[in-house]
Amino acid sequence: MIDIRNLDVVFGHGSGVHHAVRDFAMRIEPGQSYGLVGESGSGKTTVLRALAGLLDRVAHVSGEMTVAQESLQGQHRSRDFRRRVQMVFQDPFGSLHPRHTVDTILGEPARVHRLDRIEDRVVQALEEVGLDASFRFRYPHQISGGQRQRVSVARALITEPEIVLLDEPTSALDVSVQAEVLNLLMRLKRDHGLTYVLVSHNLAVVAHMCEALSVMQNGSVVETLGVQQLRDHSPQMPYTRQLLTASLGYDRAAIDAFEEFA
Amino acid sequence: MSESPLLRVEDLHVSYNTPTGIVNAVSGVSFELGREKLGIVGESGSGKSQTGRAILGLTATGGQVRARRLEFDGTDLLHANARTMRHVRGGCISMIMQDPKYSLNPVMTIGAQIEEAFLVHRATSKTEARQRTLDMLRAVKIRAPERVYKAYPHEVSGGMGQRIMIAMMMIPEPDIIIADEPTSALDVTVQLQVLAVLDDMLSERGMGLIFISHDLNLVASFCDRILVMYGGKVVEECAAADLEQATHPYTRGLLNCLPSLDGAREELPVLLRDPAWLANSEASR
Repeated sequence: MIDIRNLDVVFGHGSGVHHAVRDFAMRIEPGQSYGLVGESGSGKTTVLRALAGLLDRVAHVSGEMTVAQESLQGQHRSRDFRRRVQMVFQDPFGSLHPRHTVDTILGEPARVHRLDRIEDRVVQALEEVGLDASFRFRYPHQISGGQRQRVSVARALITEPEIVLLDEPTSALDVSVQAEVLNLLMRLKRDHGLTYVLVSHNLAVVAHMCEALSVMQNGSVVETLGVQQLRDHSPQMPYTRQLLTASLGYDRAAIDAFEEFA
Repeated sequence: MSESPLLRVEDLHVSYNTPTGIVNAVSGVSFELGREKLGIVGESGSGKSQTGRAILGLTATGGQVRARRLEFDGTDLLHANARTMRHVRGGCISMIMQDPKYSLNPVMTIGAQIEEAFLVHRATSKTEARQRTLDMLRAVKIRAPERVYKAYPHEVSGGMGQRIMIAMMMIPEPDIIIADEPTSALDVTVQLQVLAVLDDMLSERGMGLIFISHDLNLVASFCDRILVMYGGKVVEECAAADLEQATHPYTRGLLNCLPSLDGAREELPVLLRDPAWLANSEASR
């Protein structure tokens, strides 16, 4: 479904150059959920943005990317690609237009892609994410963070995508709300046969959602592993093992053994 | 913990008058703090930060604080004058905020900011303050203290910024530190390293800590005792080691809805809120 090879992303030029992603490769089968894990600055979000074609005139992107047999050229994306691949962003407040109603927010992608029955689609999308029709004419500031993230998911679904790119979809939410959104994402995937790419710094969320994952550090993939390896606590690379130890909670003795990876 | 507690909070209420009526951010919280690590956990809006701020008299204007007792080591914090509170803040109780980016002064060097915290509370020379600042930077595991002393906050990383905050809060040698989500903005490994620095300093100096966080697992592994807050009330109190045996349905719900690294579960149990959890707060008022 998604095949990325030799991906390099470089921001800036001259002395201010920053090599954000180096020789990245990833292969995702249809219907799979794939996790990208790493600490801040590891390049995981940049990979997602490069895939979505959001780095045009922002960074220099090179490498081969194929999505559903379509070979992607640079950062140009066809209208069809933009319908089939959708993205959900981390901060539901920052990614919804503050002066648009939920109805306008959800209707916009449908209008851009010249879909029919827009009103029906909006109502149906809201229903799918568990919001009743009364939310249609509210503004983002009138609804809670969890509801806002549901609207972001509904906006992604409205074009009937095959692939959804999820960039830290629950890290701004309370744990009880996170559980609701994760359940929602799991159900939508089952119902619509979606393929997910999930970027997260939370190993437990990735272990819950994904079948396989890549661990990134400083722009490169450190290790690619199946979820079972994560659950068995048996990753091969020291960096992944340290990340795993750290996500198990505070352990004074373990912290002294932490290494710097550069 | 047989000695008398450092901090006593009894029946603390914080309320705000809003155009739509009175909002009770904290309603009837009581606890005592000794030289221990106390965790306050809860979701957003549970009143955990408001509790921490009320202790230091940092409740926003328009907010009303009431309590039967709010005492630090015999000092009544509720009726203390501004002068006493200035002495208490930093000197006796200090607070570490969530994001060093917003709580450090961007136009002052790091060294000058830490020194200022020291000089406000101690009548000493500039030379000694500088020496103490450098020692303190070393104590929070900053490798090049001389360089960081002269640097500005934007020149350091988030993890380093938070260690600088700890240094600044520790230098007047307070008895209690209130840490409000001190590491939530940091990567996991950095988060633990910062906590280790804090932990070591607390045990060396025998200080008390109130650790406010939404991260149940982290609090359970870091603190000695836990208060779980919901809707402005403490719904459960337990030793951190016994969190797994917590009985309150809200605490259980919070624990269960966390995705786990080990178990494969199709569906996460969703937290169902029961209005009865808040009912007895009305009765006590």
